[in-house]
Amino acid sequence: MAQRTTEIIVGLFMIAGCAALLFLALQVSGLSAKSAESTYTLYANFNDTGGLTPRGRVSMAGVTVGTIESITLNKETFQARVEMSIHSEVDNIPADSSAVIRTSGLLGEQYIDISIGAEMASLNEGDTFYSTQSAMNLERLISNFASGR
Amino acid sequence: MDSSAYISLRDVVFSRSGRRIFDGISLDIPRGKITAIMGPSGTGKTTLLRLIGGQIRPDSGSIVVDGHNVPKLKRKALYTLREKMGMLFQSGALFTDLSVFENVAFPLRVHTSLPEDMIRDIVLMKLEAVGLRGARNLMPSELSGGMTRRVALARSIALDPELIMYDEPFAGQDPIAMGVLVKLIRDLNSSMGLTSVLVSHDVPESLSICHYACIIADGKIIGEGTPEQLREHPSDQVQQFLQGQPDGPVPFHYPAEDSARDFGLSGGVS
Amino acid sequence: MIDRIAAFGRIGLDIVSSFGRSGRFLSGVLGGVPRPATGFPLLVKQLYAVGVLSLPIIVVSGLFIGMVLGLQGYTILSDYGSEAAIGQMIALTLVRELGPVVTALLFAGRAGSALTAEIGLMKATEQLSSMEMMGVDPLRRVVAPRLWAGFIAMPVLAVIFSVVGIWGGMLVGVDWLGVFAGSFWGNMQSSVDFVDDVLNGGIKSVVFGFVCAWIAVYQGYDCVPTSAGISSATTKTVVYSSLAVLGLDFVLTAVMFGDF
Repeated sequence: MAQRTTEIIVGLFMIAGCAALLFLALQVSGLSAKSAESTYTLYANFNDTGGLTPRGRVSMAGVTVGTIESITLNKETFQARVEMSIHSEVDNIPADSSAVIRTSGLLGEQYIDISIGAEMASLNEGDTFYSTQSAMNLERLISNFASGR
Repeated sequence: MDSSAYISLRDVVFSRSGRRIFDGISLDIPRGKITAIMGPSGTGKTTLLRLIGGQIRPDSGSIVVDGHNVPKLKRKALYTLREKMGMLFQSGALFTDLSVFENVAFPLRVHTSLPEDMIRDIVLMKLEAVGLRGARNLMPSELSGGMTRRVALARSIALDPELIMYDEPFAGQDPIAMGVLVKLIRDLNSSMGLTSVLVSHDVPESLSICHYACIIADGKIIGEGTPEQLREHPSDQVQQFLQGQPDGPVPFHYPAEDSARDFGLSGGVS
Repeated sequence: MIDRIAAFGRIGLDIVSSFGRSGRFLSGVLGGVPRPATGFPLLVKQLYAVGVLSLPIIVVSGLFIGMVLGLQGYTILSDYGSEAAIGQMIALTLVRELGPVVTALLFAGRAGSALTAEIGLMKATEQLSSMEMMGVDPLRRVVAPRLWAGFIAMPVLAVIFSVVGIWGGMLVGVDWLGVFAGSFWGNMQSSVDFVDDVLNGGIKSVVFGFVCAWIAVYQGYDCVPTSAGISSATTKTVVYSSLAVLGLDFVLTAVMFGDF
C-alpha cells in the first residue's frame, strides 16, 4: 500500500477519533461554552440534609439556577450549613424565599428547590435563606403515618 | 602472532546453560583473506560469529576487531563498528515486508543520507554483482532459497564493509547454487579487499576457497592452518572430520548401556 | 518434594526476572527518540496496521454492545418507571467502563496478538538479528513505532467505541422501544460530566493502551524463536493483557470514581 494512501487513511482515522470525542463532549455530556459563568454565594441551614451532596442541583420553578458547593456542620446550632453558587443573572430572588430539599422521582437524587416569597428586596451575595425545609425522612413519615392518623 | 590480523580472539571463554561452549579459544583472522571456521554441528560456530559481532558477550577473554575490543564497547560505538561489518545469515533473513530492491537499499537509507538516485544506482550495482539485478521488484516470498541468499549477500555489501561473515552459506544448496555462491564469495573477497569469515561444515567447498582454516571441536581449536597444512595434520580428530569418517575419535555409538542387557541376552540380570 | 519446592521457587524467580527484563526492554524502547524523518512514516504505517485495521471489530462490537445495553436497560428501568433514564445509563456505562475496557480486550486479542506474532516471527527468522548486525537498533526501528502506535490508537478506538455504542443504544431506545428522544439526550447530558466521566474514561484507555502495547511487543521480542515459542507468546499476550486490563480497571475505577 502506497505510503501516501496509508497516511491519508490514518489521518482520517485520527479525525474520526477527534470527531467522536467532540460528539462525546457536546452531545453526550452537554459541555457548553458558557460553563465559566459568574456566580454569587448564598447559604441555607437545614436540620437534615438527607442525601444532598456537593455538586447537587439548585433549582427554581424546575429550572437549574445553581449548584451546591459544600455542606458543613455548624457545631453550635447542630444544623447543616449548605453553601450554594447561584448564577449571577438570577439576582432577584425575594429575600423571604425558602430553600426546600426535594427528591427527583421516587428514588432519584435530591436537590434544593427555591420556593419564592413575596418581598421586594432580593437576596445578595453571602445572604442566608430565612426558612428552609429539610429532607423528607422516610422512617419518620412512616411512623407518623402509622401512629398519627 | 600475525600482525595483520583483522580479528583477534584471546582466551575467550563462553558458556551457556551450564555448558562450556568455548574453553579459552585464541584465534587470529588475517586481514583481506577468506578464513573458514569448521567443526561438527553444535560446536558453537554461529556463536563465534555472534561474539565477533558483539551480539553476545564472552564470560572472559578479549575479542579485538580492527583495533576495537568488542565486548567493552558501548552501544553506540558498537553500532558504529557494525556498519563496517556485513553478515549473511543462514536463512538470508530478508525483511519479508520489503521488496528485493528495498531490502538492499535498507542499510543505505538508514546509515546514509544519499539522494534517491544515488541509492538506486548503488542498489542496482550490488544486485548486478550477485547477478540479480532483474529481480529487483520481487518480494522475498517469491524467491528461491539460493536467490534469497544472494539478495542477502547484496544487502550485506551495500555499505562496502570491511568484514563479511557467512553463517553456513552452503547448507542445503543445489550444486549450481553452490557454485554461484563459491564464485561470489571468492570474487567479492578479491575485488573489494574484504576480510571474509566463513562458518561451515561443508569441507570440500570451504577448503576450495579459503586461504586459512581452523577446526573447532569441544570448545577448543583442534587444528588450524592453510588448507594444505590441514590436509597433512597429524591429529586423528582433524582427519576424521576432514574425511568424513563415521567412526573415530568422535564415536559412532551414543553412550549406552551394555547391549547384552538391553537385548535380554546372557540371562538378563537386572 | 524438595525438587517441587525448588521448581516453584525457580518459577517465581523467572517471573520476577521477566518483569525486570521487560522493564529494561521498555527503557530501551522509550530511551531512543527516533529521528522524525524516518520515525514518522514507520509510526504512520503501524497506526494503520494497529488502529485502522482494528476499526471493523471495534465498531461492530460497539454497536452490538450499545444495542444490548439499550434492551437490557429498558427492561430493568421500566420496572421503576424510569425508562427515560436509559440514555444516561448507556452513556455512563460506556464512557466510564465498557468503552475503555472492552476496547482494550478486543485490542489485545486482535492487534496485540498480531504484534506479538509479527515481532516473534521477525526474531525467529533472524530479521532482528540481521538488523542489529547492520547497525540498526531493532528496538528503535521495529519495536518503538509499534508501541507508540498502540498507545495512540487505543484511546481513539475507545472513544469511537463509546460513540458507536451510544448511537446503537439510541437506535434501540428511541427508534425501537419508543423512549422520548428529548429525555434520552437530556438526561444523558445532565448526568455525564465531561471532565469526570469522559476524560477519566480517556485516561483509562490511555493507560490500557500503553499496557497492552507494552505486553504485546515485549512478548514478541522475548519469545523463544520457534513456531511453538511464537504461539505460546501470542497466547501469553492475550492472557496477560486481559488480566492486566481488568486489574488496572479496578484500581483506576476505585481511584477515580470511588469516594476516598
